[in-house]
Amino acid sequence: MKHLIDIKDFSTQELDALIRVAKDIMKHPENYAHKCAGKKLATLFFEPSTRTRLSFEAAMYELGGHVLGFSEADSSSAAKGESVADTARIVSCYADIIAMRHPKEGAPLVAAMNCPIPVINAGDGGHNHPTQTLTDLLSISVEKGRLDNMTIGLCGDLKFGRTVHSLIAAMSEYSGIKFVLISPEELKLPGYVKDILKSKNIPFEQTASLEESMPKLDILYMTRVQRERFFNEEDYLRLKNSYILTPQKLHNAKEDLCILHPLPRVNEISTAVDSDPRACYFKQALYGKYIRMALILKLLEVE
Amino acid sequence: MKIDSIKNGIVIDHISAGNSMRLYYLLHLDTLECPVALIQNAASNKSGKKDIIKIDGEWELNLDVLGYVDSAVTVNIIKDGKIVEKITPSMPQTLENVLFCKNPRCITGVEQELPHIFKLTDPKKRIYRCLYCESKA
Repeated sequence: MKHLIDIKDFSTQELDALIRVAKDIMKHPENYAHKCAGKKLATLFFEPSTRTRLSFEAAMYELGGHVLGFSEADSSSAAKGESVADTARIVSCYADIIAMRHPKEGAPLVAAMNCPIPVINAGDGGHNHPTQTLTDLLSISVEKGRLDNMTIGLCGDLKFGRTVHSLIAAMSEYSGIKFVLISPEELKLPGYVKDILKSKNIPFEQTASLEESMPKLDILYMTRVQRERFFNEEDYLRLKNSYILTPQKLHNAKEDLCILHPLPRVNEISTAVDSDPRACYFKQALYGKYIRMALILKLLEVE
Repeated sequence: MKIDSIKNGIVIDHISAGNSMRLYYLLHLDTLECPVALIQNAASNKSGKKDIIKIDGEWELNLDVLGYVDSAVTVNIIKDGKIVEKITPSMPQTLENVLFCKNPRCITGVEQELPHIFKLTDPKKRIYRCLYCESKA
């Protein structure tokens, strides 16, 4: 039995296999409509996350399975002080697989260590969110037709953005990848993530200019620059607009650029970009459902 | 207790100078009832200065703590006044309830009964990280 707590729990071969299954589901959804008949997914969301929860639930329904669970801690036994381990043990009596979101880092691991059914980490605080990374990988694979030999621009908050760190870790396993790290000085990629790149001899450059980097990018992964990350308001006001993607900033971008964003978007991508064929962030949300379907099948060991 | 003559006990030798107090507390030596001697800045041929801890009594030593704190340490087990075993502790792969995670966002901060487990993630730099939240020790 396998869990997905951290994207590193899966080898590159396993990730590739998941992506293959997800693509097959996209082509032939009817072949998968009853694969999980009689199975139950428990969505244990100790903090609200509408998109991730609905994506998991839609994934299980489209596999012919059932869903039970809760969407906030107040409506769970956690409000009475029950431990994560006990909650997981009890839920394993009623469900076949768990998707857990929890505000505390490591909570899904505690669940996995204490229950006999597969556990999927659906986000644990600012720590890990592996199904977002799976979503990103499938999005890149579908949109570009490959996961190797490309230049990936990561833009915005590279310091605190967990999705960025996980994506770098996952993409670093593929050959011919280059990274362009676009951020203000205050939100540069942390040293320990850069160490991963250095140890694998993966080329990367750091810059503060989105416009200058644009022509070389095959992928542009946008994240939000958050006001609360800055020490003073002046710096935030000075920098916030530098990282808003507008149609003007795309004028020298490649024609087959793929623009991604983990969502929710606030203002970092102008709505005027939405109609650009290179904007893939809404399709990305759809891909998230398919890769979660593939993941559920794998963890339930359904052929 | 004569510091240089233990009959049955343990001598933790070659502790890097300054590390003995840390070891003293991590090993919970303050809870022992037998005589314990802590010698700081003793002369050392190898390193100039060293600390030594002598425990005059039989006691189960947590070698993982020693391996974690100080790779230079050697442990001499004394029986009937003679060294019967010399141990050089190696860095443990995991530490349980030796270190405590200080990350306020870690699950161990709210669930008091969870064991605090740290894993060795970078032996060269001697870095241990919390099993749950991966914060550095």
